[in-house]
Amino acid sequence: MPFISPQEASAEYDVIVVGSGAGGGQAAYTLTMEGAKVLMLEAGRNYDPVRETPMFQNNSMAPLRGAGTTDKRAGFYDATVDGGWEIAGEPYTQASDDPTRKFEWWRARMLGGRTNHWARHALRNGPYDFKPHRRDGLGFDWPFTYEEIAPYYDKVEMLVGVYGDNNGLENTPDSPDGVLQPPPAARANELYAKKFMKQLRIPVIPIHRAVLTQRLDTEKLPARIHPGNPRAQRILAKAMGERAACFWATPCGRGCSIRANYQSTTVHLPPAIDTGNLDIVPNAMVREVTLGAKGLADGVVYLDKTTGTEHRAKARAVVLAASACESVRILLNSKSAAHPHGLGNSSGLVGKYILDTVGGSLVMQVPALENLPPLNEDGAGGAHVYSPWWLYQQQLAGKLGFARGYHIEFGGGRGMPGMGSGAGMEKFERGAYGAKYKEIVRRYYGTIMWFSGRGEMIPNENSFCELDPVVKDKWGIPVLRFSWKWSDHELRQSDHMVTTFASIANAMGAKILGQDPNRHRTGDRHIENGGRVIHEVGGAITGDDPGKSVTDRWCRTWDVKNVYLTDGAPFASNADKNPTLTIMALAWRAADHLLDELKKNNF
Amino acid sequence: MSTPEFPRVDRRTAVKWMLTAAAGAVALGRTPLGWAANARAAEPSGKGYGTDPDLTKDYKPGDLWPLTLSDSQRRTAAALCGFIIPADSESPSAASLGVHDFIDEWISAPYPDQQRDRPAILDGLAWIDAEAKKRFGKGFADLDEKQMAAIGDDICHVPDAKPEFADAAKFFARFRDLTAGGFYTTPAGMKDLKYIGNVPLAEFKGPPPEVLKLLGLS
Repeated sequence: MPFISPQEASAEYDVIVVGSGAGGGQAAYTLTMEGAKVLMLEAGRNYDPVRETPMFQNNSMAPLRGAGTTDKRAGFYDATVDGGWEIAGEPYTQASDDPTRKFEWWRARMLGGRTNHWARHALRNGPYDFKPHRRDGLGFDWPFTYEEIAPYYDKVEMLVGVYGDNNGLENTPDSPDGVLQPPPAARANELYAKKFMKQLRIPVIPIHRAVLTQRLDTEKLPARIHPGNPRAQRILAKAMGERAACFWATPCGRGCSIRANYQSTTVHLPPAIDTGNLDIVPNAMVREVTLGAKGLADGVVYLDKTTGTEHRAKARAVVLAASACESVRILLNSKSAAHPHGLGNSSGLVGKYILDTVGGSLVMQVPALENLPPLNEDGAGGAHVYSPWWLYQQQLAGKLGFARGYHIEFGGGRGMPGMGSGAGMEKFERGAYGAKYKEIVRRYYGTIMWFSGRGEMIPNENSFCELDPVVKDKWGIPVLRFSWKWSDHELRQSDHMVTTFASIANAMGAKILGQDPNRHRTGDRHIENGGRVIHEVGGAITGDDPGKSVTDRWCRTWDVKNVYLTDGAPFASNADKNPTLTIMALAWRAADHLLDELKKNNF
Repeated sequence: MSTPEFPRVDRRTAVKWMLTAAAGAVALGRTPLGWAANARAAEPSGKGYGTDPDLTKDYKPGDLWPLTLSDSQRRTAAALCGFIIPADSESPSAASLGVHDFIDEWISAPYPDQQRDRPAILDGLAWIDAEAKKRFGKGFADLDEKQMAAIGDDICHVPDAKPEFADAAKFFARFRDLTAGGFYTTPAGMKDLKYIGNVPLAEFKGPPPEVLKLLGLS
């Protein structure tokens, strides 16, 4: 069995991968398919979406009708177990008492990490996004171009299955033929909004999401993904054959027992396990990377959470994919005589330039959607369309007052009723009860729409994490302390978001209700708190200059050549595009480089 | 650039990506309906379901933590549920679906959001029963529809409530939201709203021509 206890682990592996989410899953997949022996260490428990996902449960079957609690922040049926903004015994701290400078850190201690929960929005960074400094003089350029990463985007999209369309829009890359899955038809509310957004010159196109709208082509895709590796092709074809296409029911955030959407646990790990090259130790909390001869890493020290005992694992190389901030924490805790300030930190930049996504939202009631006939709008369990950033030229000309763009995610419609159904009706009528109330609820059900901006933050000197000098977690490991500050670029961008959404509401004849009540905003501004969009990246940024970056163009630390980071930590910028697809593309590329180095016996 | 102002709404009302109705519930703390404080039960004693519950089980009120309401309180809560959502040609009443037991589960839950509702709901139930006795000489559950409406009309809308009914109106607004959440999440409630999803489909076609026409999109 691939799931083993610390005692069952081999004496040495080719590679240790820390974390099992998008970055760890992809790295382990690429490495094991090419024959490397890999030990994966996951800080949470084993988790099987096929068995554990609540696919058709309705909210009346859940405690508290599925409402979120301190135990299950995103609702009872959210796939995340043992995770959230706070985890018992594993705190983090804030450098400032100022609530507007707070950073909130979402973690998921479970196999597959945050890939179990994410919205599956799988957008490519565009050419501008890898060279933002070149374009507007702000932030940092990445040490590679879009063209260098594009083949990896292609492979990831083919492997995980991404629906979408090619629209040829600025800085919104197309994919080659045969790579994307067909996009689903738009819902009524999406089409209605599109009509009015078009009048405002806001494009609405199919979004890209990691959900299968048809079964994967097990003949063609494995050969395109693993040319010259018949064994990998065979294993992948089998894994792809075990995934069903979406059956247009149940939200993706619950997970997917038919494996129609991407989660590391249903897409990356099964074929990796099938190679026979992967061992996984769950409940393994990594504390530090250890150094061996020649200044190279030789393994890690971790705590077995089930017993509290300390273990060592040995390997020729280490891949950190514990999530950006958790990997930073491991680097900072890996102190030695050679690296007194933490591994990879000769530049002093480990933990610097933490980035999240700018979030702003508006909720509105759309009269045109009242009294529609019954419609099944469950669809692919998430968005079908979105608006990519559309004001690149006005922005470059300095007309907007902020330097980077955002995309719009929006939706609503006749979803499964939840605790919000029927609530707050006094906004529409002067108090009602009885038969009249029931009529009102019927009329307004399905008429609410929300619009959320997802925008690019520019790296700044005030947003970083470091080790708290005092606080340790229950495992005795020093915890992170966060410092956070939005710049005027982000604040103005979030103002632009809600102003735009108000214009859309106005055009649609909608009544504005307010901002998304599930979001924590910063002070009296529209922007959500740092970390709240759960897109945090950075902290070990990639670059060309060892003095100005932590990782090189292969996402390995400048200081220790056999330590790679394949989560969001190497991100030198955080485009408005959701980071997961880029994490996977860079993880694949880093793993390819690592395989080359292993073959050359460079470590 | 000036910052546009929009109303802030309460976080507790669970409006998520598939939100189905407006959010705007008034946050209730411990209310000044405190003359009824002796009706309060002790603080919830149970534990929550933890961070790793079985997500596939069918849970019922009382399965996870002890409930609170006495027989008499439960009767009042059921009557109020039935008053807010009575049976009609489309669906049964909230009371007949046991929504009052869900509200009991809610106020008995050992979580901060729910505990904030607890004193207001318990005080409110005591108040409405006392008000019924004051006006009509019998408990709320024993009133006829017209008598219930006489009280309901005084408290059904916070902005219109007279000062002496202000707190009772806040209670009613919150109780109505909980009743609605409890009711519309049941199979009968979902059917009432003509929610027809949560079934596997061979394909997703998007809206039919009839709907496109209604929306001016054809």
